[in-house]
Amino acid sequence: MDKRKLEEALFKVLMVLSTLIVMGSLTVVMVIVLMRGLPALNLAMLTQLPRDLDRQGGVLNAIVGSLLIGLGATAAAMILSVPIVFYLQKDYAGRSRLASVVRLALDILWGIPSIVYGAFGLIIMLYLGMHGSLLGGIIAISLVELPIMVRAMDEVMRLVPKGLKDASYALGATRLETTTRVIWRQVLPGIVTGILLAFGRGIGDAAGVLLTTGYTDKLPTSLMDPVGSLPLAIFNLLLSPFPEVQQRAYASGAILLAMVLLVSIIARVLARRFERHVVR
Amino acid sequence: MATRFETGRGDQVAPSLPASEKGAAFRRLKDRAAAAVMAVPSVLVIGLVLAITLALVVKALPILSTKSLAHLLLSSSWHPLRGEFGFYAFIIGTLSVTGLAMAISVPISILTAIFFAEYAGRRLRAVAKPLVDLLAGIPSVVYGLFGVLAIVPVVGALGARFSDNPTGYSVLAGGIVLSIMVFPIIISVAEEVMRSVPREAREASLALGATKWQTVRHVVVPSALTGLVAAVVLGFARAFGETMAVLMVVGNVVKVPHSIFDAAYPLPALIANNYGEMMSIRLYDGAIMLAALLLLVVVLVFNVAAAIVLQRVARRVA
Repeated sequence: MDKRKLEEALFKVLMVLSTLIVMGSLTVVMVIVLMRGLPALNLAMLTQLPRDLDRQGGVLNAIVGSLLIGLGATAAAMILSVPIVFYLQKDYAGRSRLASVVRLALDILWGIPSIVYGAFGLIIMLYLGMHGSLLGGIIAISLVELPIMVRAMDEVMRLVPKGLKDASYALGATRLETTTRVIWRQVLPGIVTGILLAFGRGIGDAAGVLLTTGYTDKLPTSLMDPVGSLPLAIFNLLLSPFPEVQQRAYASGAILLAMVLLVSIIARVLARRFERHVVR
Repeated sequence: MATRFETGRGDQVAPSLPASEKGAAFRRLKDRAAAAVMAVPSVLVIGLVLAITLALVVKALPILSTKSLAHLLLSSSWHPLRGEFGFYAFIIGTLSVTGLAMAISVPISILTAIFFAEYAGRRLRAVAKPLVDLLAGIPSVVYGLFGVLAIVPVVGALGARFSDNPTGYSVLAGGIVLSIMVFPIIISVAEEVMRSVPREAREASLALGATKWQTVRHVVVPSALTGLVAAVVLGFARAFGETMAVLMVVGNVVKVPHSIFDAAYPLPALIANNYGEMMSIRLYDGAIMLAALLLLVVVLVFNVAAAIVLQRVARRVA
């Protein structure tokens, strides 16, 4: 075998090996977290509030808290990102200086670590005299979600065939009409995927809520109440010196992972369903 | 919905009609109004970046006025009660964990990206790509839990033999967990960049008798190089600011680490662990916010650089 072929074979092996490492680490992370978590999981974990210093009961406070934070933040991020995504289209600001600055700003926001959003949220809350609360968490997490959502939606927006828009304009439709009646259906799968993707990130983000929500074993009754969340529940329970409490951290980890996986699967199924309307 | 496209209506609604046509004028007004409404959140996004930067700068000013920035960054004396805030140990902690993660992740991610972009068949990619995306969706606290359950014990066993830290909570554990977390970022950007290399370039190389790997090495990688660097930079920036997963496995000891088995205390962990006490000690809040500002500045510079490079790559394709 000549040297070139040998080199080719060697790198092929290395590439397959690397791919296996990447896929393997995904598998190992999921298997280990589920394997250690599922045995500790029971109905009480899902349906009861913590009792007896976390040794009894469940993590319902954290599950409900995470869902509330995730829903609130996703709604807030959605209200902002849908207009942004349409505005970045060529038909609107697409090629202007402003649009490229907005894009750059979104890239920057995408890269900002969630702990920095948490710190920013904390500064705002201190300024307003607020305490750790559901509202604070929603604000911080919506900032975390915004660039993720916009990026996912924008990717799909780019795939809209130019001919489709041209056809609509040729019929005399305005940009708004083209957007709301033609483009909208085309990008619906992407919008739904983007929203769910961001929701998945939102419920899993720990650093953002750490600085802004406080923590409580109770269910929140208003936006101003402190609130528990799954990531922080995992973090706190894991610090306990008692093995039986640590078990509950593993179970909470499995719950969070399962929730995120479920959201991701739903996103895929919905995207596929809405894709029926898409013209290629 | 479909009526929009029926003939007989379209001829009345061409936007070029004179504004005297009442319906057309109203529709155009609606269009303009909608555009203006959509512009608002877009401009807010720019304001948000400025607001975050400004807020952190204002909060960090008190401590910046006591000592020079260079002194704060290069002093390793961290005694908040005595008013001494030297960030050196934290900066080295962050850099060593991040550096180690990149050393593990970059070669593996780039090779995987090459495999996806150049070698893997369509069907394999259709299965593998969503899995890589899934890797990006797993919450950091779950990675941290995984690290505590699986990585820390192994590193601890190694540490007991080769160092004086048998706990396993170390730079190495942090680096390994972090390397897995940056896989999807580097892979997806790198793959996209290599795909943007025109097919003709590959075909020319293959037609000259080059093997596939030679084509990758001498044609694809060189012409995608800036984009590949951007992919690595994005991965680095993500790793640099990652908080929870690292915090859970890295030990959090305020000391400059001397080996990969030593514990470290990265900047994000400093913020996460101490924001609670920061109000009760003078200047402490400034120090914590300075740590956040440092993270922001590093990540911002890296991301802007990568964004500019990648925008240029995208323009080349278009």
